[in-house]
Amino acid sequence: MRERGQREVFCGLAGIVWLHRKIQDAFFLVVGSRTCAHLLQSAAGVMIFAEPRFATAILQDRDLAGMADCNEELDRVVHELLARRPDIGTLFLVGSCPSEVIKLDLDTAAERLTREQQGRVRILAYSGSGIETTFTQGEDTCLTALVPEMPAADDPALLVVGTLPDIVEDQFRRLFSAMGFDAIDAPVHFLPSRTAAELPPVGAATKVLAAQPFVGDTVAALVARGAELIEAPYPFGVEGTRAWLGAAAAAFDIPDVQVDAACAGPIARAERGLERYREQLAGKRISFLPDSQLELPLGRFLARECGMTLVEVGVPYLDRRMMDAELALLPTPERLSEGQDLEAQLDRLRADRPDLTVCGLGLANPLEAEGLTTKWSIELVFSPVHGFDQAPDLAELFARPLNRRARLAF
Amino acid sequence: MQLTVWTYEGPPHMGAMRIAASMRDVHCVLHAPQGDTYADLLFTMIARNAKRPPVTYTTFQARDLGGDTAELVRHTLRDTVERFQPQALLVGEACTAELLQDQPGALAEGMGFDIPVVPLELPAYTRKENWGAAETFFTLVRALLRGRPLPQRGAEKPKANLLGPTALGFRCRDDITEVTKLLSAAGVDVNVVAPAGAAPADLLRIPEADFNVCLYPEIAHDTCAWLERMFKQPFTHTVPIGVGATVDFLREVGELAGIDVGPALAAAQTRLPWYSRSVDSTYLTGKRVFIFGDATHAIAAARVATEELGFDVVGLGTYAREFAREIRAAAERFCVGQGGIEPLITDDYLEVEAKVLELAPELVLGTQMERHIAKRAGIPCAVISAPVHVQDFPARYAPQMGLEGANVLFDTWVHPLMMGLEEHLITMFREDSEFHDEAAPSHLGPAARRDGAEARADAPADDAPADARDDALTWETDAEQELRKIPFFVRGKARRNTERYAREQGVATITIETLYDAKAHFGR
Repeated sequence: MRERGQREVFCGLAGIVWLHRKIQDAFFLVVGSRTCAHLLQSAAGVMIFAEPRFATAILQDRDLAGMADCNEELDRVVHELLARRPDIGTLFLVGSCPSEVIKLDLDTAAERLTREQQGRVRILAYSGSGIETTFTQGEDTCLTALVPEMPAADDPALLVVGTLPDIVEDQFRRLFSAMGFDAIDAPVHFLPSRTAAELPPVGAATKVLAAQPFVGDTVAALVARGAELIEAPYPFGVEGTRAWLGAAAAAFDIPDVQVDAACAGPIARAERGLERYREQLAGKRISFLPDSQLELPLGRFLARECGMTLVEVGVPYLDRRMMDAELALLPTPERLSEGQDLEAQLDRLRADRPDLTVCGLGLANPLEAEGLTTKWSIELVFSPVHGFDQAPDLAELFARPLNRRARLAF
Repeated sequence: MQLTVWTYEGPPHMGAMRIAASMRDVHCVLHAPQGDTYADLLFTMIARNAKRPPVTYTTFQARDLGGDTAELVRHTLRDTVERFQPQALLVGEACTAELLQDQPGALAEGMGFDIPVVPLELPAYTRKENWGAAETFFTLVRALLRGRPLPQRGAEKPKANLLGPTALGFRCRDDITEVTKLLSAAGVDVNVVAPAGAAPADLLRIPEADFNVCLYPEIAHDTCAWLERMFKQPFTHTVPIGVGATVDFLREVGELAGIDVGPALAAAQTRLPWYSRSVDSTYLTGKRVFIFGDATHAIAAARVATEELGFDVVGLGTYAREFAREIRAAAERFCVGQGGIEPLITDDYLEVEAKVLELAPELVLGTQMERHIAKRAGIPCAVISAPVHVQDFPARYAPQMGLEGANVLFDTWVHPLMMGLEEHLITMFREDSEFHDEAAPSHLGPAARRDGAEARADAPADDAPADARDDALTWETDAEQELRKIPFFVRGKARRNTERYAREQGVATITIETLYDAKAHFGR
C-alpha cells in the first residue's frame, strides 16, 4: 500500500554525520538555514570534535534579497573556510530546502569555485534537502556527485557501492581475495573510498555491486558511465551475504565451489553466533516504520534467519530496481507500506501491538511509554551490521531491547 | 551568509515548539518540509519526554511544490484539529515554508474552527529559538487575555504566577519546585505556572494573581511587561539563582506582595555560605573563571562566582543579543581586569573559543559548546546554561534556583577543580611518576594521559592569538623549564604575563629572572 501524509523521517543532511567520518579528506558545507545547522548538531552533538569536518553557511535575510549577492556571499564563506582548513581536499556544497526553494545554483557555484582553486581543492555539490531526499538518500546524492570525478578505466573490476565501516570493508576485501578475485586479476574497489583524493576507476568492464539498498541514483550514474549492475540481495545475515558474494563471483565467472570454500569458515562461525539470538527472536512479531531503506533486507534477515514474523514493513520509497532480489526472498509481511501517513500508521501499530517496533528516536520513547518495545533505527546505519561476522551482532541489536524489557523489574 | 560550526540556539519555530510542548491541550501545526521532524527527538531523547511533542508538520516534499501547498496546509489543519481536539491551536512556519508564503496562520483563521487559533510570525532568517519561544508565549497569552476585565484581587493570601519555565529549558522542572517552596515559605501562593504544565484555561486565570514572577526573562519578559500594562500586575526583576539573588528576590516579593519576608529570610537555610567560608575553600580564592551562556544564567553565575565563591571573573558573555545591556552592566559590576572587561556578545562559537584560549582561565562555566572548547584546551568546566545535552536533564533533584539551587551550584562548580591538597603537592613536588599535573583523571584510563597532558600544558598559551606570539620574544631554555614548574592551571596565565612584562620592559630574551620579575610585578 502507498500512503501520503505526515512523514517522521530525517532529511538527507543526516548522511553527513557518517559520510564525514568515512571520507577523511572531505568537508561538508551545508548551504541552508539555522534549522539545518540545528539538525546537524542535534544528530551529531554527542560527538566531541576537536574540529568537525562539517559546517553550515546560514542564509541571512539579506541573502534572500538577490541572487548575485548570494553567490558572492557563498564565495566569501568558502574562502573563509578554506583559509581556516587548508587540509581540505574535497569540499561538498550540500543543498538544503531553503537553498533549493530560492533556486541557488550550487552546481554552477561548485564549478566556478573549483576553477578558481586551480586544482588545489575539488568542490562538488549535491542535495541533502528534505524536499528531495530522505535520510540515507543523502549518501546516494553525495556519491552520485562523485561519479563524474572517477577516473576512466576499461579493465575488469568489481566496484562495491555504499558506505561500509572500515572493519567490514576489510573483511569483504579478504573474502573477495579468498574467492579468487586476485587470481583472475580483477581488483575490488569501494565507493566511497576512504579519501576522496583516491577515487576508484569506472568503465565498460566495471561491475557494480551495491552494499546498501539506498544507492540507486549512484548505480544509475555508474551505469551511464558504462558499468554494469550485479543484481543481488544485500549482505545482511548469512544468507544475504552468501548470495551477495555469490552474485559477484558469478558475474566474474568464478565457480561456486570457490565461493563455498572461502565462506565456509565465516558461515560456520556466524551460524554458531546466531544460535542464541534465534532462541530469543523466534516467533516474535516485528514492525518497521519507514526510515532508511534497510527495512526490506533487515526484515528478510530477521524473518528467514531468526524466525521473526513480519507484521508491517514500511519503507520511505520503493526502488524496485534495487529491491527486486530482496523482494523475491522476503516472506510476505502482513502489510508492506510505501511512504507514510504517520498518525494512521501509528493507529495500525497500536492495533497490531507487535513485540518489537523499529522506529526513529522521535517516536521510540513515546511508544515505549505506551508499552511497546522499540528498536531505534538510526543505530542500524551507524553500526557494523553487514557480512558474516556481523550477523550475530545484527541479531543482537534486535534481541537487546527484548532482553532488557525482560530483565527490568520496575 | 554566516559560517557556523555549532549554533547556540535553534530556529525560532523551535521556540514555538517548546511552548507547545510545555503546555497541555495546545497543539502546534508547522508548515515545514520533510525532515524538520528531527526536532521531535530533542524532546523525546534529550528531555526524555514520554510523549511526542504536540506538533504536526505538513512535511511537504519537492513534488508538492508544483501543486497546491496551501491545500496541504488546510488538509493538515483539519486533520489535526479533528484528531487531537486541542483547546488552542498555534500555527506557524519553519524557515523553508517562510519562503513559500502560504500564510498558514491566515488560512487557519479562515477555517472556522471553534477554538482560539493563534497565527505565529517567526522570522527564521533574523531571529532565533528563545525569541521564538518568547514571541509564541506572548502571542498566545495576548490572544487569550486581550479585552478581559480586571479581576477582583485581594484574597487573604497573596498569589503569584511563575512565568517562563519551558520544555527543554535548563533545570526548569526543579526550579519550579524550588521557587514554589520559597514563595510558600514567605506566605505567597502560586496561582499559575506557565507555560510549563499549563492549559489554555489556566492562562485565562493569570490576571487573578497579585504579581508575576519572571523566572526566565528570555522567555517571559515581554509577556510580563504586557501583563503589567494590561492587568496592573507588577513583576519581579531578580532571578533567584545564588544566595544573594535569592535573598534579593525574597525582599522584592515582600515589596510586591506587601508582606513581611523577615521570618522567611531568617528561616532560609542553604549550605553554600558555610561550605564556601570553610577553610577547605580558601584555595578557591581568586580562581580565574570564564562565564558564557544565556544572559540570565551568565549574569547570575557572575554574581555567585564573585560574591559567594571568591573567584575572579575574567570573562563574561552571552549569545543572547537581546540582553546585551544587562550583560554589560554585570560585566562592569563583577568582572576583574585592567581597564574593565568588555563582555563577549556573540553567537559565534569560534569567537568564544578564541576568547577562552586567549584568557586561559582556570575554570569555564558555560554551555554544552563550552564543554567542547574546555575539553580541547584541557580546562575544567561546568555547565550553567542551555544549550545542554542529555546528562543535564538529570533524574535527581537539581535546581539552579533558590536555596537548594545554591547547594547544587557549589558542588557542580567546585567538582571539576583539583582539590586543595593535591594542588599543593603538585606545586611542591614535580617529579612524581603518577601524581603529576599531566596525569589524566583516573577514570579515563592510561590511554587518556598523553593527549590530555599536552593539550592542558600547551594549548592555552600556544593557541594564543598570533599577534601576541610572533614578535621577537624568545624564551631561554632555563626559563622555559622554570615555567613548566608552575602548576598547569595557571601556567598559561604566567606565560602571558611574563611575555607582556618583557614587552613592556623592552626585554627580548626571557630568562628565569624575567619570569620572577613579572611574577613580582603582577602578583600570583
